[in-house]
Amino acid sequence: MTAIQENLAHVVDDHADHHHEHPSWLAHHFDDAEQQYDSGKLGMWLFLVTEVLFFSGMFCAYALYRNRNPEVFEFCSSFLNEKLGAINTGVLLFSSLTMAWAVRAAQLRQHQLLVGMLGATLGCAAIFLGVKAVEYSHKMEIGLLPGKLYVAQLDGAHGPHKGYLEFICTVPAIVTALCAFYAIYAFATKSLFHQRVAGPMLVAGLCFFGGVGLGQYLEAQEEASKGHGGHAAGHEHHAMVDGHVDHGSHEHAAAPESVHAAETKTAAEIAASAATAMGGTPNVYVSPTELKTPNADVNQRSMAGLFFSIYYCMTGVHAIHIIGGMIVITWLIVKAAREEFHEQYFGPVDNVGLYWHLVDFIWIYLFPLLYLIT
Amino acid sequence: MSVVDRPITAPVHSEVDSYPEHHFLNHSKGFLSWALTLDHKRIGLMYLVGVMSSFALGGAFALMIRIHLWNFKDGWLSNQTYNQVFTLHGAIMVFLFIIPSVPAALGNFLLPVMLGTKDVAFPRLNLSSFYLWVTGLILFLTALSVTGLDTGWTFYTPYSIETQQGGAVLAATFGVFVLGFSSIFTGLNFIVTINTMRPPGMTWFRMPLFLWAIYATSIIQVLATPVLGITVLLLSAERLLGIGIFDPKLNGDPVTFQHFFWFYSHPAVYIMILPAMGIISELMSVHCHKGIFGYRMIAYSSIAIALFGFLVWGHHMFTSGMADVTTIVFSALTFTVSIPSAIKVFNWLGTMYQGTVSLNTPMLYALAFIFLFTIGGLTGLPLGALSTDMHFHDTYFVVAHFHYVMMGGTLVAFLGGVFHWWPKMTGRMFNDKLGIVSAIIVFVGFNLTFLPQFVLGSRGMPRRYATYLPEFQPLHQLSTIGSITLGSGLLLALIVLLMSLVNGKKAPRNPWGGATLEWMCSSPPPHDNFSSAPTVGDPYDFSNIEYDGRVGGYVKRT
Repeated sequence: MTAIQENLAHVVDDHADHHHEHPSWLAHHFDDAEQQYDSGKLGMWLFLVTEVLFFSGMFCAYALYRNRNPEVFEFCSSFLNEKLGAINTGVLLFSSLTMAWAVRAAQLRQHQLLVGMLGATLGCAAIFLGVKAVEYSHKMEIGLLPGKLYVAQLDGAHGPHKGYLEFICTVPAIVTALCAFYAIYAFATKSLFHQRVAGPMLVAGLCFFGGVGLGQYLEAQEEASKGHGGHAAGHEHHAMVDGHVDHGSHEHAAAPESVHAAETKTAAEIAASAATAMGGTPNVYVSPTELKTPNADVNQRSMAGLFFSIYYCMTGVHAIHIIGGMIVITWLIVKAAREEFHEQYFGPVDNVGLYWHLVDFIWIYLFPLLYLIT
Repeated sequence: MSVVDRPITAPVHSEVDSYPEHHFLNHSKGFLSWALTLDHKRIGLMYLVGVMSSFALGGAFALMIRIHLWNFKDGWLSNQTYNQVFTLHGAIMVFLFIIPSVPAALGNFLLPVMLGTKDVAFPRLNLSSFYLWVTGLILFLTALSVTGLDTGWTFYTPYSIETQQGGAVLAATFGVFVLGFSSIFTGLNFIVTINTMRPPGMTWFRMPLFLWAIYATSIIQVLATPVLGITVLLLSAERLLGIGIFDPKLNGDPVTFQHFFWFYSHPAVYIMILPAMGIISELMSVHCHKGIFGYRMIAYSSIAIALFGFLVWGHHMFTSGMADVTTIVFSALTFTVSIPSAIKVFNWLGTMYQGTVSLNTPMLYALAFIFLFTIGGLTGLPLGALSTDMHFHDTYFVVAHFHYVMMGGTLVAFLGGVFHWWPKMTGRMFNDKLGIVSAIIVFVGFNLTFLPQFVLGSRGMPRRYATYLPEFQPLHQLSTIGSITLGSGLLLALIVLLMSLVNGKKAPRNPWGGATLEWMCSSPPPHDNFSSAPTVGDPYDFSNIEYDGRVGGYVKRT
């Protein structure tokens, strides 16, 4: 008899013995564990439907604007670091495994394993955010910002901004420090409950900075490889970009571009204002034949800026979902540390698992749509 | 879950139908016992107070508009203030009143009782929905008091990006976002409750039609509202960061905003009207003392309306710029929605035929609904037809049309429902004679207000204008007189309801002779709704329900 069968047998016994009693984990308005579990599950699936529809608006916007200006998406996608995206995809996939494992551990009353698996999921989420922080700060530093904030190469005198990464890392640093204090307290008081909660939280906090380190290492490697011409083949339009990325000192790269950018900016502005005057949408269309050699029209607020708007909106809303997931997983760790879950009551772990898989799933769409265009 | 697990006992009604000593209203006392309650009935009552207050606020704005339009120019509001007033009238009425009115207030109170359960599936989520609604209300009041929103309730870009009232746009869009989640959670809760918590014997086709309507509404709330959420979120990002997705200056497309907005806001029209139709199905049957005609057709037509409602949003945008084929397809699909709506009206009339009609207050509101909703529905056809809509678009014809549906339909049904279930909710009977007077004044005032607007619109009076040509003045004045009549009728209805709390008779268990489960428990219901699982039968079988003079209400013959 396997462990699961034993537990199922246990369920039946339990059920027969305490037919009309309401255990603490069963809400008063439910008749039995099955009804409570079914309700929670259906509720979570409906919530996931709303989540899909919530993201669908942004996927529609993506499809619309990519269809309208495919060359912009191709050009801008080359600014995204595929390695970092791929690593994050792997990290999230792995976290889905640990989450699914956690559900099994909850069903089998393996409390220690459950805490460990939830902790691993939390850690993966933190690594993901750490890598994302490097990606965001790196783009912000070279002015690849959404919409009207987009400044990359439009302004020749524009120097690199620094300090975004430090800024983004402030809150995680504070949270990690608090987790560290909590862990010290937990080990000082020798409370098993607090150790079980504080341990995974501290590890997750450290994982974030591990992710940051990893991201920075790979980002530097990418720049180095570009600098040595390793990326040149088929990427002639990178020249301008690489001018910015390669040279540690941006001053001399900026001069020729500023002229170029100024010209194209006026041309584009004329086109845009003409289109607006006609009452339609500005339609600065670049024919597919120009795709291979995108002109600098692409590199302006209404073109690349729009791509980065979509990029930040989609990945940003996704990151908010990761953070939301981390909060509920922490809540699960607290419950798991109290050993609340068993074969009749594991609905919360199961449902958070479903949510976590959806967040993973959305990223699996975002990664190719944003990073792997070229 | 198996049926045999649970005890099936006789219904708990007794021969001596006394006012219960313990019920949900006096179950516990103190402010916190209400503020932190998980009881769906208390949450429903709090919603009822909330939506009625919002309605009063929105109604005050409506009267301000009508008084301003008494003269063809130089009204008492400045043009800028006028823009803000009609914006807030629309936004408050749509987001704070109509959408939560029937589902969140009456639905919350009635759904578990009608279904025969102790509560909704997720009571804490239910309470958080209410507080999200309160947060939305606060954000709207902020938008109102800080600067004043002037975009129209639709927040069309690029005006909403460019207007000087940026703070108000942000507060209001965030308010809409929060209210959207309130609505989603309510819908989610109801779907789960109906799916998993039906007691033994309560099969899908023994559910009262009100629950079918609420179920269909919930499907729309869950599927459409998230799209509004992301739309207003992108609009906020547009205002804060200038992301450009809807901004033509940055190569964004404002028509995309309209598509996104109406993808929610057209189905939202059915969020407003479907539960109202559910109320009418109950009222028709109970007050005609006759089983509902065509039960299954009404149930299916609710679901059909919910599904068709997702395919017709483009008819709001015939003049915004769409491909010809798209407009023709949207126009054709629009006509299909009229079929399930007409099925319902036909079945209600079929229910009345050869019934024993009690002309009391709820029934009069129900009759007013059928009359007004039919006018509203039929005038929708020329708006769905391309050739006529080109002329009627953005005129008073549209204003009159959707007021006939939203106000003549939803509000009147809501009032009918409030009167119908008032004895159940409060345990008090209202003054039926005064209630009848209020229904008549509302009906007359309503038609006086909005019939002239059809004429105005067909003659070319555009909507949202603060001034107009002198030749429109008589019709506008007629409309203003009507609006004041309507306002006084509504005020009378409120007074009748409030008076009942002071000196109303104690309500019997079943004052109207209904056969659905809510009439089986006491008025007001006990804290847990049913002390033991209720016996579920045909919700429209009136054959063994008789009037008993001793209790002043109806009892079930056993």
